[in-house]
Amino acid sequence: MNGIKDRVAIIGMGCTKFGERWDASAADLMVEAAYEAYSDAGIEAKDVQAAWLGTVSSFRTGQPLAEALKLDYIPITRVENACATATDAFRNAAYAVAAGIYDIVLAVGVEKLKDSGFSGLAVPEAPGSDVTPPTPPPSQFAMAATRYFHQYGIPYEDGKLTLAQIAAKNHHNGTLNPRAHFQQEISTEQVVNAPMIAWPLGLFDCCGVSDGAAAAIITTPAIARTFRQDYVLVKALALSVGAFGAIRSDWDFTHFPESVRASQAAYQEAGIASPRDELDLAMVHDCFTITELIIYEDLGFTQRGGASQDVANGSFSLEGDLPVNTDGGLKCFGHPIGASGIRMIYEVYKQLQGKAGARQLPRADLGLTHNLGGRPGSFTCSVALFGNP
Amino acid sequence: MPGIVAHGAYVPRFRLGAETVGWPGSQERAVANFDEDSVTMAVAAGQDCLQNRDRNAIDALFFASSTVPYAEKQGAAIISAALDLRRDIFAADVTDVLRAGTTALRSALDAVAAGSAKQALVVVADSRQGAPRSDTERNSGDGAAAFLVGQDDLAAEFVGSFTLTENMLDNWRSSGDPFVRSWEDRFASEEGLERIVPDAVDGFLAKYQVSLADVARVALYAPDARRHARLVRRLDLNPQQVQDPLFGRLGNTGAPFPLMLLSAALDDVPPGALVLAVSYGDGSDVLAFRTTGLLQPAAAAGGSLSASLASRIVLPTYETYAKWRDVWLTGDAARRPSPSSPSVSAMWRESNKNLRLYAGRCNACGYVQYPPQRVCVNCQAKDDSVSVRLSDRSGEVFTYSMDYIAGAVDTPLVVSVVDFHGGGRLICMLTDRKLDEVCVGMPVEMSFRKLRVVNGIHNYYWKAAPRRFAVEAAVRPGG
Repeated sequence: MNGIKDRVAIIGMGCTKFGERWDASAADLMVEAAYEAYSDAGIEAKDVQAAWLGTVSSFRTGQPLAEALKLDYIPITRVENACATATDAFRNAAYAVAAGIYDIVLAVGVEKLKDSGFSGLAVPEAPGSDVTPPTPPPSQFAMAATRYFHQYGIPYEDGKLTLAQIAAKNHHNGTLNPRAHFQQEISTEQVVNAPMIAWPLGLFDCCGVSDGAAAAIITTPAIARTFRQDYVLVKALALSVGAFGAIRSDWDFTHFPESVRASQAAYQEAGIASPRDELDLAMVHDCFTITELIIYEDLGFTQRGGASQDVANGSFSLEGDLPVNTDGGLKCFGHPIGASGIRMIYEVYKQLQGKAGARQLPRADLGLTHNLGGRPGSFTCSVALFGNP
Repeated sequence: MPGIVAHGAYVPRFRLGAETVGWPGSQERAVANFDEDSVTMAVAAGQDCLQNRDRNAIDALFFASSTVPYAEKQGAAIISAALDLRRDIFAADVTDVLRAGTTALRSALDAVAAGSAKQALVVVADSRQGAPRSDTERNSGDGAAAFLVGQDDLAAEFVGSFTLTENMLDNWRSSGDPFVRSWEDRFASEEGLERIVPDAVDGFLAKYQVSLADVARVALYAPDARRHARLVRRLDLNPQQVQDPLFGRLGNTGAPFPLMLLSAALDDVPPGALVLAVSYGDGSDVLAFRTTGLLQPAAAAGGSLSASLASRIVLPTYETYAKWRDVWLTGDAARRPSPSSPSVSAMWRESNKNLRLYAGRCNACGYVQYPPQRVCVNCQAKDDSVSVRLSDRSGEVFTYSMDYIAGAVDTPLVVSVVDFHGGGRLICMLTDRKLDEVCVGMPVEMSFRKLRVVNGIHNYYWKAAPRRFAVEAAVRPGG
């Protein structure tokens, strides 16, 4: 196994403003993201040799990408892998370049969620006997929060405050990011006292449901050098798909094995021994505040049961030793499902290039992205690592 | 002579009563939860009746109700699956009249007497709806009774029966009507109930040469307390002979009503006592039993009926009840897309999993897993497991959530992860709960419920419910 480390590079990226994009169709969003990426890379549509389109529910095939961008009869594959969709589209595109099949490829993630008429997710399910409880995502992750509080003996008020600090941090970061869905600071009091969605998770413990798209131009390092000096190298692309959680009565609901396995695979591929020390930033899947709390532990940023203390210490804020979700995260940037993974890569790419504006970190040479799709007990988890040349 | 081997009863956990804002009655009545109907309550009474019984010994199932969920499709077939009965049984729905319960019980006794069944199970349930603010709404109650009929180890021997059949349009509900209708009260009482029931009781006494004084207890149908009292006077019964009709606590439960009272009476009278069950509706059935003194385990705790009456939550508002019964329409307030029809072929394929609540236990490593898996989640052995029924096992809540936006009827929707004693984990809804009693480690049992009706399909499945009776907790060491 050769792995992906240093074998492909990103030379251009684009990301739309996320939010309630009543003005834009899914096709409009793809055009917006792809043309920013073309421009950033200094290429034209005719230079794209193959493309991967990640979307959960906006399209069924890759064809709408060809139609929106008028791509020239090139191969396009639609990828769907729940919340890991965009990262997996990126992963497949990167592997095609690493395999030497193509020189320049495009990965796009898009989701148009706000035309459903519902404030939450409204993704149709395949026909079935329909006896599983109707558990929208807040309810699923609330079960993890309930158990986390119970297992570590955390009083409700203390646990809610820890979660609120995560939400407040991500909202603060989002105010420094004009493309984020939400643009206001929130206080921990607001988070704690917000209307309950799925106890113990309130409104501000949940990420935004948004429209948006993001795009990446991927090539080889050798070709990348002919375009720009500040290209970004892929250091690892890991994917872990769970099969053992939901029906095992010995699974604890307080750790997500898919995150553990994907991050370990990524660290190994990139040669990372101590992620807390070696990583400069991490974009993780904070679909809910409790998810981010558990991710700190699953990704080895802190010890089991220790995440609350790190949150209290501000370790993962912009000024902390390992800033997490510097762009606002799913919580504040928003979560158009099929776009989020490439949105995270976009932030890491900009930070590594020193182009992250008001939220630019003083040191950014190695960054991580993490997506968690599915439900506690049966996730699809992607972890990717990116570094400067 | 055939007789009753075991009996059970079920009263839903909720009540309308004096504390219910917007409820005009000062008297209490039992109300089925939003996810209960005659089928689910029949299953609950059946579960109660069949505790520690061999379900494979049952050859026939009778389901009696005036409120069957389907106009075309058998209720007994659903109940048979949920109670995990054999496939080669005789099954019938007895419907359309409040006399259906005693009719079904007599049919089961006849089948056993004739030798066509060694054991027959009778489940009787009703959830009748009166128009808002009507006498029927005020006086009715929801509930169920179950009887295991056989030849051996009888709790009560069948003595005999007498039936009058007489066309009488005093209460009725046509297809499509949500509410029971009635003719003028004085006509219905005088020419109906109070004339026909005494005729039937007299007919029974004459047929079997029994004196009324020999009757220890009468489980007597009547629609409300006033007419029950009038009927007692008309029959010339002394107070000791009258089984407490539970008006003001239960309500008239319709078809199961005299049989729920019979179940209570059998637990209450001494050995050798003659007990009558008297029903009414287009005539009257009188069924007589003599107790043997062989008590059921439940009787030690005061009987299933009194235990389930004591386990109660009075609804704070009439509005909640109105939402449960679709009198107060909630569909348009939903914040989720309307559910699509369940797939009938998937329901059929998954019947053992969904209705019998079978988990799989791996023959290679013993791991219990729900739903059953082709490849073992623990040791990866392929196609090597046996079915384990989880529906009559208890367990504890491992974790839970309370969803405030999932619907408008049972908000917040409590979703629980249940770990069963003996192994197995199930993620399911938690019903019949008070919010302040929900916690990690909460003892629960399984209850058969109606999830929803879409496309006219009643989709039934199991939910967890707070473990209801202290008697069960008391017999479990450390429970």
